[in-house]
Amino acid sequence: MTWVTSLLSVAAMSLTHGASPHSARVELNGVSKRFLTPSGDVFTAIQDVTFAVEPGQFCALVGPTGCGKSTSLSLVSGLDKPSSGTVSVGGTAVDGIADGVSFMFQTDALLPWKSVLANVALGPIFRGASKREAQASARDWLRRVGLAGFEDRYPHQLSGGMRKRVAMAAALINEPRILIMDEPFGALDVQTKAIMSNELLALWEQVRCSVIFITHDLDEAVALADRVVVMTSSPGTVKDIYDIDLPRPRGDVQEIRFQPRFVELQRQIWRSLRDEVERAYAATAGVPA
Amino acid sequence: MNDQHPSASGVAENAVFESSAASMTGGPSPLPDLAAGTRTNLASKLRWQGRFKVWGGQLLLAVVIIGGWQWFTAEHWVDPFTYGQPTGIVHRLYTLFRDGTAFGSYPEQILVTLQEAVYGFLIGAAAGILMGVSLGTNRYLSSVISPYIKVVNAIPRIVLGSIFVVAFGFGITGKMLLAAVLVFFVVFFNAFQGVREVDPNVIANARVLGAKPLHIIRHVTLPSAMTWIIASLHTAFGFAIVGALVAEILGSEKGLGLVITTAQGTFDADGVFAVMLTVAVITLVAEFILTRLERRLLAWRPQSRSDAPAI
Repeated sequence: MTWVTSLLSVAAMSLTHGASPHSARVELNGVSKRFLTPSGDVFTAIQDVTFAVEPGQFCALVGPTGCGKSTSLSLVSGLDKPSSGTVSVGGTAVDGIADGVSFMFQTDALLPWKSVLANVALGPIFRGASKREAQASARDWLRRVGLAGFEDRYPHQLSGGMRKRVAMAAALINEPRILIMDEPFGALDVQTKAIMSNELLALWEQVRCSVIFITHDLDEAVALADRVVVMTSSPGTVKDIYDIDLPRPRGDVQEIRFQPRFVELQRQIWRSLRDEVERAYAATAGVPA
Repeated sequence: MNDQHPSASGVAENAVFESSAASMTGGPSPLPDLAAGTRTNLASKLRWQGRFKVWGGQLLLAVVIIGGWQWFTAEHWVDPFTYGQPTGIVHRLYTLFRDGTAFGSYPEQILVTLQEAVYGFLIGAAAGILMGVSLGTNRYLSSVISPYIKVVNAIPRIVLGSIFVVAFGFGITGKMLLAAVLVFFVVFFNAFQGVREVDPNVIANARVLGAKPLHIIRHVTLPSAMTWIIASLHTAFGFAIVGALVAEILGSEKGLGLVITTAQGTFDADGVFAVMLTVAVITLVAEFILTRLERRLLAWRPQSRSDAPAI
Protein backbone atom coordinates (compact mmCIF):
# COMPACT_ATOMS: atom_id res chain seq x y z
CA MET A 1 0.00 0.00 0.00
CA THR A 2 2.76 2.43 0.92
CA TRP A 3 4.64 1.80 -2.33
CA VAL A 4 1.51 2.72 -4.23
CA THR A 5 1.26 6.11 -2.58
CA SER A 6 4.98 6.76 -2.94
CA LEU A 7 4.78 5.81 -6.62
CA LEU A 8 1.83 8.16 -7.02
CA SER A 9 3.69 11.01 -5.39
CA VAL A 10 6.73 10.36 -7.60
CA ALA A 11 4.45 10.43 -10.64
CA ALA A 12 2.94 13.68 -9.44
CA MET A 13 6.38 15.21 -8.87
CA SER A 14 7.55 14.27 -12.34
CA LEU A 15 4.73 16.15 -14.00
CA THR A 16 5.40 19.76 -14.94
CA HIS A 17 4.60 22.18 -12.18
CA GLY A 18 1.78 23.82 -14.10
CA ALA A 19 -0.09 20.57 -14.44
CA SER A 20 0.57 19.30 -10.97
CA PRO A 21 -0.27 21.25 -7.87
CA HIS A 22 0.69 18.21 -5.78
CA SER A 23 4.39 19.00 -5.65
CA ALA A 24 3.50 22.31 -4.05
CA ARG A 25 4.06 21.51 -0.39
CA VAL A 26 5.92 24.27 1.40
CA GLU A 27 7.76 23.41 4.55
CA LEU A 28 9.70 25.62 6.95
CA ASN A 29 11.67 23.66 9.51
CA GLY A 30 13.36 25.44 12.45
CA VAL A 31 14.08 28.46 10.29
CA SER A 32 15.86 31.49 11.74
CA LYS A 33 16.99 34.64 10.00
CA ARG A 34 19.41 37.09 11.58
CA PHE A 35 20.58 40.42 10.19
CA LEU A 36 23.62 42.48 11.08
CA THR A 37 22.45 46.01 11.88
CA PRO A 38 24.61 48.97 10.78
CA SER A 39 25.64 49.50 14.43
CA GLY A 40 27.06 45.97 14.51
CA ASP A 41 24.35 44.27 16.57
CA VAL A 42 22.69 41.07 15.51
CA PHE A 43 18.98 41.43 14.92
CA THR A 44 16.93 38.26 14.92
CA ALA A 45 13.99 38.71 12.60
CA ILE A 46 12.54 35.21 12.94
CA GLN A 47 13.48 32.42 15.28
CA ASP A 48 12.84 28.72 14.88
CA VAL A 49 9.84 29.05 12.57
CA THR A 50 8.22 25.74 11.73
CA PHE A 51 5.06 25.32 9.71
CA ALA A 52 3.89 23.66 6.53
CA VAL A 53 1.48 24.52 3.75
CA GLU A 54 -0.11 21.49 2.11
CA PRO A 55 -0.43 21.35 -1.69
CA GLY A 56 -3.34 23.47 -2.86
CA GLN A 57 -3.89 24.92 0.57
CA PHE A 58 -4.61 28.56 1.28
CA CYS A 59 -2.54 29.55 4.29
CA ALA A 60 -2.76 32.93 6.01
CA LEU A 61 0.07 34.30 8.11
CA VAL A 62 -0.97 36.77 10.80
CA GLY A 63 1.06 38.50 13.44
CA PRO A 64 1.91 41.91 14.87
CA THR A 65 3.81 44.52 12.87
CA GLY A 66 7.49 43.75 12.45
CA CYS A 67 7.27 40.10 13.50
CA GLY A 68 9.08 38.81 10.43
CA LYS A 69 6.16 37.68 8.27
CA SER A 70 7.63 39.25 5.15
CA THR A 71 11.06 37.85 6.00
CA SER A 72 9.62 34.33 6.16
CA LEU A 73 8.10 34.75 2.72
CA SER A 74 11.26 36.12 1.13
CA LEU A 75 12.92 32.88 2.32
CA VAL A 76 10.23 30.76 0.64
CA SER A 77 10.57 32.68 -2.65
CA GLY A 78 14.36 32.33 -2.56
CA LEU A 79 14.98 36.09 -2.56
CA ASP A 80 16.81 35.56 0.73
CA LYS A 81 18.58 32.67 2.47
CA PRO A 82 17.85 31.44 6.00
CA SER A 83 20.59 31.79 8.65
CA SER A 84 19.68 28.35 9.97
CA GLY A 85 17.00 25.73 9.38
CA THR A 86 15.60 24.56 6.07
CA VAL A 87 12.97 25.87 3.69
CA SER A 88 11.71 23.40 1.13
CA VAL A 89 9.27 23.68 -1.72
CA GLY A 90 7.87 20.48 -3.20
CA GLY A 91 10.35 18.41 -1.22
CA THR A 92 13.53 20.15 -2.42
CA ALA A 93 15.42 22.75 -0.42
CA VAL A 94 15.10 26.31 -1.73
CA ASP A 95 18.34 27.62 -3.22
CA GLY A 96 18.03 30.84 -5.18
CA ILE A 97 14.82 31.94 -6.87
CA ALA A 98 12.46 28.99 -6.53
CA ASP A 99 10.85 27.77 -9.72
CA GLY A 100 7.06 27.86 -9.82
CA VAL A 101 6.74 30.55 -7.17
CA SER A 102 5.02 33.87 -7.79
CA PHE A 103 5.01 36.85 -5.48
CA MET A 104 2.48 39.62 -5.07
CA PHE A 105 3.64 42.62 -3.09
CA GLN A 106 1.73 45.17 -1.05
CA THR A 107 3.08 48.07 -3.07
CA ASP A 108 2.66 48.04 -6.81
CA ALA A 109 5.45 46.13 -8.46
CA LEU A 110 4.12 46.93 -11.93
CA LEU A 111 6.47 48.67 -14.34
CA PRO A 112 4.97 52.13 -14.92
CA TRP A 113 6.61 52.46 -18.37
CA LYS A 114 5.00 49.33 -19.73
CA SER A 115 1.40 48.93 -20.80
CA VAL A 116 -0.88 46.62 -18.87
CA LEU A 117 -0.44 43.91 -21.51
CA ALA A 118 3.37 44.20 -21.51
CA ASN A 119 3.41 44.06 -17.71
CA VAL A 120 1.44 40.82 -17.60
CA ALA A 121 3.49 39.36 -20.47
CA LEU A 122 6.76 39.86 -18.55
CA GLY A 123 6.68 36.49 -16.74
CA PRO A 124 6.56 34.31 -19.88
CA ILE A 125 9.10 36.57 -21.65
CA PHE A 126 11.56 36.21 -18.76
CA ARG A 127 11.06 32.46 -19.01
CA GLY A 128 11.93 32.41 -22.68
CA ALA A 129 8.52 32.46 -24.41
CA SER A 130 8.22 34.33 -27.70
CA LYS A 131 6.62 37.76 -27.62
CA ARG A 132 3.57 36.51 -29.53
CA GLU A 133 2.97 33.58 -27.13
CA ALA A 134 3.52 35.80 -24.11
CA GLN A 135 1.05 38.40 -25.35
CA ALA A 136 -1.59 35.83 -26.23
CA SER A 137 -1.29 34.35 -22.77
CA ALA A 138 -1.33 37.82 -21.17
CA ARG A 139 -4.51 38.71 -23.09
CA ASP A 140 -6.12 35.54 -21.81
CA TRP A 141 -5.17 36.30 -18.21
CA LEU A 142 -6.34 39.90 -18.44
CA ARG A 143 -9.69 38.59 -19.61
CA ARG A 144 -9.80 36.20 -16.66
CA VAL A 145 -9.24 39.03 -14.17
CA GLY A 146 -11.89 41.12 -15.94
CA LEU A 147 -9.58 43.63 -17.61
CA ALA A 148 -10.23 42.86 -21.28
CA GLY A 149 -10.11 46.16 -23.17
CA PHE A 150 -7.52 47.72 -20.85
CA GLU A 151 -4.49 46.12 -22.52
CA ASP A 152 -3.02 49.37 -23.85
CA ARG A 153 -3.41 51.46 -20.70
CA TYR A 154 -0.48 52.40 -18.51
CA PRO A 155 -0.65 51.49 -14.81
CA HIS A 156 -1.03 55.11 -13.70
CA GLN A 157 -4.26 55.30 -15.72
CA LEU A 158 -5.87 52.54 -13.64
CA SER A 159 -7.54 52.58 -10.23
CA GLY A 160 -5.93 50.87 -7.24
CA GLY A 161 -8.21 47.85 -7.54
CA MET A 162 -7.52 47.48 -11.26
CA ARG A 163 -3.77 47.66 -10.67
CA LYS A 164 -4.14 44.84 -8.14
CA ARG A 165 -5.94 42.76 -10.74
CA VAL A 166 -3.11 43.38 -13.20
CA ALA A 167 -0.63 42.31 -10.54
CA MET A 168 -2.73 39.19 -9.91
CA ALA A 169 -2.72 38.32 -13.61
CA ALA A 170 1.05 38.98 -13.77
CA ALA A 171 1.59 36.64 -10.81
CA LEU A 172 -0.70 33.86 -12.04
CA ILE A 173 0.41 33.84 -15.69
CA ASN A 174 3.49 31.77 -14.82
CA GLU A 175 1.10 29.11 -13.48
CA PRO A 176 2.83 29.01 -10.11
CA ARG A 177 2.65 26.05 -7.79
CA ILE A 178 2.93 28.52 -4.96
CA LEU A 179 1.57 32.02 -4.80
CA ILE A 180 3.01 34.26 -2.12
CA MET A 181 1.03 37.36 -1.25
CA ASP A 182 2.47 39.98 1.06
CA GLU A 183 -0.51 42.05 2.24
CA PRO A 184 -1.65 42.37 -1.35
CA PHE A 185 -4.79 44.34 -0.56
CA GLY A 186 -3.39 46.29 2.40
CA ALA A 187 -3.44 49.63 0.60
CA LEU A 188 -7.01 49.33 -0.71
CA ASP A 189 -10.17 50.74 0.83
CA VAL A 190 -12.46 48.30 2.65
CA GLN A 191 -15.04 47.86 -0.14
CA THR A 192 -12.47 47.37 -2.90
CA LYS A 193 -10.61 44.97 -0.65
CA ALA A 194 -13.75 42.82 -0.22
CA ILE A 195 -14.31 42.75 -3.99
CA MET A 196 -10.67 41.82 -4.62
CA SER A 197 -10.80 39.06 -1.97
CA ASN A 198 -13.83 37.53 -3.70
CA GLU A 199 -12.10 37.67 -7.07
CA LEU A 200 -8.95 36.16 -5.64
CA LEU A 201 -10.96 33.26 -4.18
CA ALA A 202 -12.76 32.69 -7.48
CA LEU A 203 -9.47 32.64 -9.42
CA TRP A 204 -7.75 30.49 -6.86
CA GLU A 205 -10.55 27.91 -6.95
CA GLN A 206 -9.76 27.52 -10.68
CA VAL A 207 -5.96 27.22 -10.46
CA ARG A 208 -5.63 25.70 -6.98
CA CYS A 209 -2.03 26.60 -6.31
CA SER A 210 -0.80 26.75 -2.74
CA VAL A 211 -1.13 30.25 -1.33
CA ILE A 212 0.71 31.91 1.53
CA PHE A 213 -1.03 35.13 2.36
CA ILE A 214 0.21 37.75 4.81
CA THR A 215 -2.38 40.01 6.34
CA HIS A 216 -3.04 42.19 9.36
CA ASP A 217 -6.74 41.69 8.94
CA LEU A 218 -7.90 38.68 10.94
CA ASP A 219 -11.35 38.68 9.30
CA GLU A 220 -9.70 38.50 5.91
CA ALA A 221 -7.44 35.65 7.09
CA VAL A 222 -10.30 33.53 8.44
CA ALA A 223 -12.58 34.25 5.47
CA LEU A 224 -9.99 33.23 2.88
CA ALA A 225 -7.72 30.63 4.42
CA ASP A 226 -7.71 26.90 5.16
CA ARG A 227 -4.99 27.38 7.74
CA VAL A 228 -4.06 30.40 9.84
CA VAL A 229 -0.57 30.65 11.30
CA VAL A 230 -0.23 33.10 14.21
CA MET A 231 3.23 34.52 14.77
CA THR A 232 4.58 36.07 17.97
CA SER A 233 6.00 39.57 18.23
CA SER A 234 9.66 40.10 17.36
CA PRO A 235 11.67 37.90 17.15
CA GLY A 236 8.90 36.12 15.29
CA THR A 237 8.16 32.48 15.80
CA VAL A 238 5.06 30.38 15.28
CA LYS A 239 2.66 30.68 18.24
CA ASP A 240 -0.41 28.76 17.09
CA ILE A 241 -1.70 27.09 13.96
CA TYR A 242 -5.46 26.94 13.33
CA ASP A 243 -7.15 24.88 10.64
CA ILE A 244 -10.22 26.67 9.33
CA ASP A 245 -12.98 24.12 8.66
CA LEU A 246 -15.44 26.48 6.95
CA PRO A 247 -16.73 24.65 3.85
CA ARG A 248 -15.71 25.66 0.31
CA PRO A 249 -16.63 27.32 -1.90
CA ARG A 250 -16.91 30.03 0.69
CA GLY A 251 -18.88 32.50 -1.41
CA ASP A 252 -18.97 36.14 -0.48
CA VAL A 253 -16.36 37.11 2.10
CA GLN A 254 -18.68 39.84 3.37
CA GLU A 255 -21.47 37.29 4.06
CA ILE A 256 -19.35 34.60 5.68
CA ARG A 257 -18.49 36.95 8.54
CA PHE A 258 -21.93 36.38 10.05
CA GLN A 259 -21.75 32.60 10.26
CA PRO A 260 -21.49 31.35 13.86
CA ARG A 261 -18.51 29.11 13.07
CA PHE A 262 -16.65 32.07 11.56
CA VAL A 263 -17.27 34.20 14.63
CA GLU A 264 -16.13 31.37 16.91
CA LEU A 265 -12.87 30.80 14.99
CA GLN A 266 -12.21 34.51 14.68
CA ARG A 267 -12.63 34.99 18.44
CA GLN A 268 -10.40 32.02 19.22
CA ILE A 269 -7.56 33.28 16.97
CA TRP A 270 -7.90 36.85 18.15
CA ARG A 271 -7.41 35.68 21.75
CA SER A 272 -4.09 34.19 20.66
CA LEU A 273 -3.07 37.16 18.54
CA ARG A 274 -4.08 39.92 20.95
CA ASP A 275 -1.28 39.36 23.47
CA GLU A 276 1.30 39.54 20.70
CA VAL A 277 -0.15 42.67 19.17
CA GLU A 278 -0.19 44.36 22.58
CA ARG A 279 3.38 43.29 23.28
CA ALA A 280 4.56 44.56 19.90
CA TYR A 281 2.72 47.82 20.44
CA ALA A 282 4.28 48.27 23.88
CA ALA A 283 7.75 47.63 22.43
CA THR A 284 7.38 50.22 19.71
CA ALA A 285 5.39 52.80 21.67
CA GLY A 286 7.64 52.65 24.76
CA VAL A 287 4.75 51.74 27.07
CA PRO A 288 5.71 49.30 29.88
CA ALA A 289 4.30 45.89 29.00
CA MET B 1 -19.80 83.77 -1.55
CA ASN B 2 -16.11 84.32 -1.11
CA ASP B 3 -16.39 84.02 2.64
CA GLN B 4 -18.10 80.70 2.29
CA HIS B 5 -15.56 79.28 -0.18
CA PRO B 6 -12.16 80.71 0.61
CA SER B 7 -10.42 77.76 -1.05
CA ALA B 8 -12.34 78.23 -4.30
CA SER B 9 -11.33 81.88 -4.61
CA GLY B 10 -7.71 80.93 -3.89
CA VAL B 11 -7.76 78.41 -6.70
CA ALA B 12 -9.26 80.97 -9.07
CA GLU B 13 -6.45 83.41 -8.35
CA ASN B 14 -3.77 80.80 -8.96
CA ALA B 15 -5.41 79.89 -12.22
CA VAL B 16 -3.98 83.01 -13.84
CA PHE B 17 -0.58 81.35 -13.52
CA GLU B 18 -1.55 77.82 -14.38
CA SER B 19 -4.26 76.87 -16.79
CA SER B 20 -7.61 78.24 -15.79
CA ALA B 21 -9.10 74.77 -16.20
CA ALA B 22 -7.94 74.20 -12.62
CA SER B 23 -10.48 76.67 -11.35
CA MET B 24 -13.27 74.76 -13.08
CA THR B 25 -12.40 71.46 -11.43
CA GLY B 26 -10.54 72.59 -8.32
CA GLY B 27 -13.48 73.98 -6.40
CA PRO B 28 -17.13 74.98 -6.61
CA SER B 29 -17.68 77.14 -9.67
CA PRO B 30 -18.32 80.76 -8.78
CA LEU B 31 -20.89 80.96 -11.62
CA PRO B 32 -23.92 78.73 -10.96
CA ASP B 33 -26.70 77.64 -13.32
CA LEU B 34 -24.77 77.50 -16.58
CA ALA B 35 -25.43 74.95 -19.29
CA ALA B 36 -22.55 72.56 -19.97
CA GLY B 37 -21.76 74.07 -23.39
CA THR B 38 -21.57 77.59 -22.00
CA ARG B 39 -19.28 76.40 -19.31
CA THR B 40 -16.81 74.83 -21.78
CA ASN B 41 -16.79 78.05 -23.81
CA LEU B 42 -16.14 80.01 -20.66
CA ALA B 43 -13.25 77.70 -19.73
CA SER B 44 -11.60 78.10 -23.13
CA LYS B 45 -12.17 81.88 -23.04
CA LEU B 46 -10.56 82.08 -19.61
CA ARG B 47 -7.68 79.91 -20.78
CA TRP B 48 -7.00 82.17 -23.79
CA GLN B 49 -7.22 85.26 -21.61
CA GLY B 50 -4.60 83.69 -19.33
CA ARG B 51 -2.34 82.91 -22.29
CA PHE B 52 -2.58 86.41 -23.73
CA LYS B 53 -1.70 87.84 -20.35
CA VAL B 54 1.44 85.70 -20.18
CA TRP B 55 2.46 86.51 -23.77
CA GLY B 56 1.87 90.20 -23.14
CA GLY B 57 4.11 90.09 -20.09
CA GLN B 58 6.83 88.25 -22.00
CA LEU B 59 6.73 90.74 -24.88
CA LEU B 60 6.85 93.66 -22.47
CA LEU B 61 9.93 92.20 -20.74
CA ALA B 62 11.73 91.76 -24.09
CA VAL B 63 10.90 95.33 -25.12
CA VAL B 64 12.16 96.71 -21.80
CA ILE B 65 15.46 94.78 -21.89
CA ILE B 66 16.37 95.07 -25.59
CA GLY B 67 14.86 98.56 -25.94
CA GLY B 68 16.64 99.71 -22.79
CA TRP B 69 19.94 98.36 -24.10
CA GLN B 70 19.46 100.09 -27.45
CA TRP B 71 18.38 103.36 -25.78
CA PHE B 72 21.21 103.45 -23.20
CA THR B 73 23.87 102.77 -25.84
CA ALA B 74 22.30 105.21 -28.33
CA GLU B 75 22.45 107.95 -25.67
CA HIS B 76 26.05 106.87 -24.89
CA TRP B 77 25.25 106.38 -21.20
CA VAL B 78 26.73 102.95 -21.89
CA ASP B 79 29.59 102.63 -24.35
CA PRO B 80 28.32 100.75 -27.46
CA PHE B 81 31.93 100.01 -28.48
CA THR B 82 32.47 97.88 -25.35
CA TYR B 83 29.00 96.51 -24.74
CA GLY B 84 27.58 96.27 -28.25
CA GLN B 85 24.22 97.51 -29.44
CA PRO B 86 21.17 95.46 -30.55
CA THR B 87 20.97 97.10 -33.99
CA GLY B 88 24.74 96.70 -34.36
CA ILE B 89 24.49 93.02 -33.48
CA VAL B 90 21.76 92.44 -36.06
CA HIS B 91 23.78 94.31 -38.68
CA ARG B 92 26.92 92.31 -37.82
CA LEU B 93 24.96 89.08 -38.11
CA TYR B 94 23.76 90.22 -41.55
CA THR B 95 27.30 91.01 -42.75
CA LEU B 96 28.57 87.71 -41.33
CA PHE B 97 26.07 85.81 -43.44
CA ARG B 98 26.63 88.07 -46.50
CA ASP B 99 30.42 88.41 -46.48
CA GLY B 100 31.46 85.33 -44.53
CA THR B 101 34.71 85.20 -42.58
CA ALA B 102 38.38 85.13 -43.51
CA PHE B 103 38.30 81.32 -43.17
CA GLY B 104 35.09 80.47 -45.04
CA SER B 105 31.39 81.26 -45.10
CA TYR B 106 29.46 81.78 -41.85
CA PRO B 107 27.12 78.76 -42.30
CA GLU B 108 30.23 76.63 -42.75
CA GLN B 109 31.52 77.78 -39.34
CA ILE B 110 28.15 76.97 -37.82
CA LEU B 111 28.21 73.51 -39.35
CA VAL B 112 31.73 72.77 -38.08
CA THR B 113 30.84 73.73 -34.50
CA LEU B 114 27.52 71.90 -34.71
CA GLN B 115 29.25 68.76 -35.96
CA GLU B 116 31.77 68.83 -33.09
CA ALA B 117 29.06 69.48 -30.52
CA VAL B 118 26.67 66.79 -31.81
CA TYR B 119 29.34 64.09 -32.13
CA GLY B 120 30.76 65.03 -28.74
CA PHE B 121 27.27 64.93 -27.28
CA LEU B 122 26.53 61.48 -28.72
CA ILE B 123 29.88 59.99 -27.63
CA GLY B 124 29.71 61.54 -24.16
CA ALA B 125 26.07 60.58 -23.59
CA ALA B 126 26.60 56.98 -24.74
CA ALA B 127 29.69 56.60 -22.54
CA GLY B 128 27.90 58.26 -19.63
CA ILE B 129 24.89 55.95 -19.85
CA LEU B 130 27.08 52.87 -20.24
CA MET B 131 29.29 53.73 -17.27
CA GLY B 132 26.40 55.00 -15.15
CA VAL B 133 24.36 51.84 -15.62
CA SER B 134 27.35 49.50 -15.13
CA LEU B 135 28.51 51.23 -11.96
CA GLY B 136 24.97 51.68 -10.68
CA THR B 137 24.18 47.99 -11.00
CA ASN B 138 27.54 46.65 -9.82
CA ARG B 139 28.45 47.53 -6.26
CA TYR B 140 32.02 46.21 -6.52
CA LEU B 141 32.77 48.14 -9.70
CA SER B 142 31.31 51.31 -8.22
CA SER B 143 33.40 50.97 -5.03
CA VAL B 144 36.58 50.58 -7.09
CA ILE B 145 35.96 53.32 -9.62
CA SER B 146 33.93 55.98 -7.80
CA PRO B 147 36.89 57.67 -5.98
CA TYR B 148 38.59 58.18 -9.35
CA ILE B 149 35.41 59.57 -10.85
CA LYS B 150 35.19 62.02 -7.96
CA VAL B 151 38.80 63.14 -8.50
CA VAL B 152 38.32 63.58 -12.24
CA ASN B 153 35.09 65.45 -11.59
CA ALA B 154 36.90 67.79 -9.19
CA ILE B 155 39.59 68.88 -11.65
CA PRO B 156 38.73 71.67 -14.11
CA ARG B 157 38.13 69.49 -17.17
CA ILE B 158 37.83 72.42 -19.56
CA VAL B 159 41.64 72.74 -19.36
CA LEU B 160 41.85 69.36 -21.07
CA GLY B 161 41.09 71.41 -24.19
CA SER B 162 44.75 72.57 -24.20
CA ILE B 163 45.95 68.97 -24.04
CA PHE B 164 43.65 68.03 -26.92
CA VAL B 165 44.98 70.91 -29.04
CA VAL B 166 48.51 69.66 -28.40
CA ALA B 167 47.56 66.05 -29.06
CA PHE B 168 45.14 66.38 -31.99
CA GLY B 169 46.03 69.72 -33.51
CA PHE B 170 43.56 72.23 -34.96
CA GLY B 171 41.15 69.63 -36.44
CA ILE B 172 37.76 68.65 -35.11
CA THR B 173 38.81 65.54 -33.11
CA GLY B 174 40.01 67.47 -30.07
CA LYS B 175 36.88 69.64 -30.03
CA MET B 176 34.64 66.59 -30.16
CA LEU B 177 36.57 65.00 -27.31
CA LEU B 178 36.34 68.07 -25.07
CA ALA B 179 32.58 68.27 -25.70
CA ALA B 180 32.31 64.52 -24.97
CA VAL B 181 34.24 64.83 -21.69
CA LEU B 182 31.98 67.61 -20.45
CA VAL B 183 28.82 65.74 -21.50
CA PHE B 184 30.01 62.46 -20.01
CA PHE B 185 30.04 63.61 -16.41
CA VAL B 186 26.62 65.23 -16.51
CA VAL B 187 25.03 62.14 -18.03
CA PHE B 188 27.08 59.70 -15.98
CA PHE B 189 26.06 61.10 -12.59
CA ASN B 190 22.41 61.19 -13.58
CA ALA B 191 22.41 57.67 -15.02
CA PHE B 192 24.19 56.39 -11.90
CA GLN B 193 21.72 58.08 -9.58
CA GLY B 194 18.79 56.96 -11.72
CA VAL B 195 19.89 53.34 -11.48
CA ARG B 196 20.28 53.65 -7.73
CA GLU B 197 16.74 55.03 -7.42
CA VAL B 198 15.11 51.96 -8.97
CA ASP B 199 12.49 50.52 -6.63
CA PRO B 200 14.03 47.36 -5.09
CA ASN B 201 10.52 45.93 -4.85
CA VAL B 202 10.15 46.07 -8.61
CA ILE B 203 13.49 44.32 -9.08
CA ALA B 204 12.54 41.63 -6.55
CA ASN B 205 9.28 41.11 -8.43
CA ALA B 206 11.08 40.77 -11.76
CA ARG B 207 13.50 38.26 -10.22
CA VAL B 208 10.67 36.14 -8.85
CA LEU B 209 9.01 36.24 -12.28
CA GLY B 210 12.19 34.65 -13.61
CA ALA B 211 14.20 37.61 -14.94
CA LYS B 212 17.93 37.12 -15.62
CA PRO B 213 20.32 40.01 -14.85
CA LEU B 214 20.23 41.24 -18.47
CA HIS B 215 16.43 41.13 -18.46
CA ILE B 216 16.44 43.32 -15.35
CA ILE B 217 18.72 45.90 -16.95
CA ARG B 218 16.71 45.99 -20.16
CA HIS B 219 13.16 45.90 -18.76
CA VAL B 220 13.56 47.51 -15.35
CA THR B 221 16.78 49.43 -14.65
CA LEU B 222 17.29 51.25 -17.94
CA PRO B 223 13.69 52.45 -18.44
CA SER B 224 13.54 53.53 -14.81
CA ALA B 225 16.80 55.47 -15.06
CA MET B 226 15.66 56.97 -18.38
CA THR B 227 13.74 59.72 -16.56
CA TRP B 228 16.99 60.86 -14.97
CA ILE B 229 19.09 60.40 -18.08
CA ILE B 230 16.77 62.41 -20.30
CA ALA B 231 16.59 65.22 -17.77
CA SER B 232 20.40 65.40 -17.90
CA LEU B 233 20.50 65.53 -21.71
CA HIS B 234 19.06 69.05 -21.73
CA THR B 235 21.96 70.36 -19.65
CA ALA B 236 24.39 68.09 -21.45
CA PHE B 237 23.77 69.58 -24.88
CA GLY B 238 24.57 73.03 -23.49
CA PHE B 239 27.86 71.61 -22.21
CA ALA B 240 28.60 70.05 -25.61
CA ILE B 241 28.33 73.47 -27.26
CA VAL B 242 30.46 75.08 -24.56
CA GLY B 243 33.09 72.34 -24.96
CA ALA B 244 33.23 72.74 -28.73
CA LEU B 245 33.40 76.57 -28.53
CA VAL B 246 36.10 76.68 -25.85
CA ALA B 247 38.19 74.10 -27.69
CA GLU B 248 37.91 76.20 -30.84
CA ILE B 249 38.94 79.32 -28.96
CA LEU B 250 41.98 77.47 -27.62
CA GLY B 251 43.12 76.70 -31.14
CA SER B 252 41.38 75.85 -34.40
CA GLU B 253 41.25 76.59 -38.10
CA LYS B 254 37.44 76.79 -38.40
CA GLY B 255 34.31 77.16 -36.29
CA LEU B 256 32.28 79.67 -34.31
CA GLY B 257 34.92 79.74 -31.56
CA LEU B 258 37.39 81.07 -34.11
CA VAL B 259 34.88 83.72 -35.20
CA ILE B 260 34.68 84.80 -31.54
CA THR B 261 38.48 84.98 -31.19
CA THR B 262 38.71 86.99 -34.40
CA ALA B 263 36.01 89.41 -33.20
CA GLN B 264 37.77 89.74 -29.84
CA GLY B 265 41.05 90.49 -31.63
CA THR B 266 39.43 93.35 -33.56
CA PHE B 267 37.55 94.75 -30.50
CA ASP B 268 34.30 93.80 -32.21
CA ALA B 269 31.78 93.39 -29.32
CA ASP B 270 28.86 93.19 -31.76
CA GLY B 271 30.61 90.29 -33.51
CA VAL B 272 30.92 88.34 -30.23
CA PHE B 273 27.26 88.99 -29.45
CA ALA B 274 26.27 87.94 -32.96
CA VAL B 275 27.94 84.54 -32.48
CA MET B 276 26.33 84.23 -29.04
CA LEU B 277 22.94 84.81 -30.64
CA THR B 278 23.68 82.15 -33.26
CA VAL B 279 24.67 79.65 -30.56
CA ALA B 280 21.53 80.47 -28.57
CA VAL B 281 19.38 79.64 -31.59
CA ILE B 282 21.24 76.34 -32.11
CA THR B 283 20.77 75.41 -28.46
CA LEU B 284 17.07 76.27 -28.56
CA VAL B 285 16.56 74.08 -31.63
CA ALA B 286 18.42 71.23 -29.88
CA GLU B 287 16.28 71.78 -26.80
CA PHE B 288 13.15 71.53 -28.94
CA ILE B 289 14.32 68.23 -30.47
CA LEU B 290 15.27 66.84 -27.05
CA THR B 291 11.87 67.79 -25.64
CA ARG B 292 10.18 65.94 -28.51
CA LEU B 293 12.38 62.92 -27.82
CA GLU B 294 11.54 63.14 -24.13
CA ARG B 295 7.80 63.22 -24.83
CA ARG B 296 8.18 60.17 -26.99
CA LEU B 297 10.36 58.10 -24.68
CA LEU B 298 8.50 59.06 -21.54
CA ALA B 299 5.00 58.83 -22.98
CA TRP B 300 4.06 56.50 -20.16
CA ARG B 301 4.23 59.24 -17.56
CA PRO B 302 1.20 61.26 -16.47
CA GLN B 303 0.97 64.33 -18.74
CA SER B 304 1.58 67.03 -16.15
CA ARG B 305 4.90 65.55 -15.09
CA SER B 306 6.34 65.22 -18.59
CA ASP B 307 5.40 68.83 -19.31
CA ALA B 308 7.21 70.26 -16.32
CA PRO B 309 10.84 70.09 -17.57
CA ALA B 310 9.84 71.57 -20.94
CA ILE B 311 9.45 75.05 -19.43
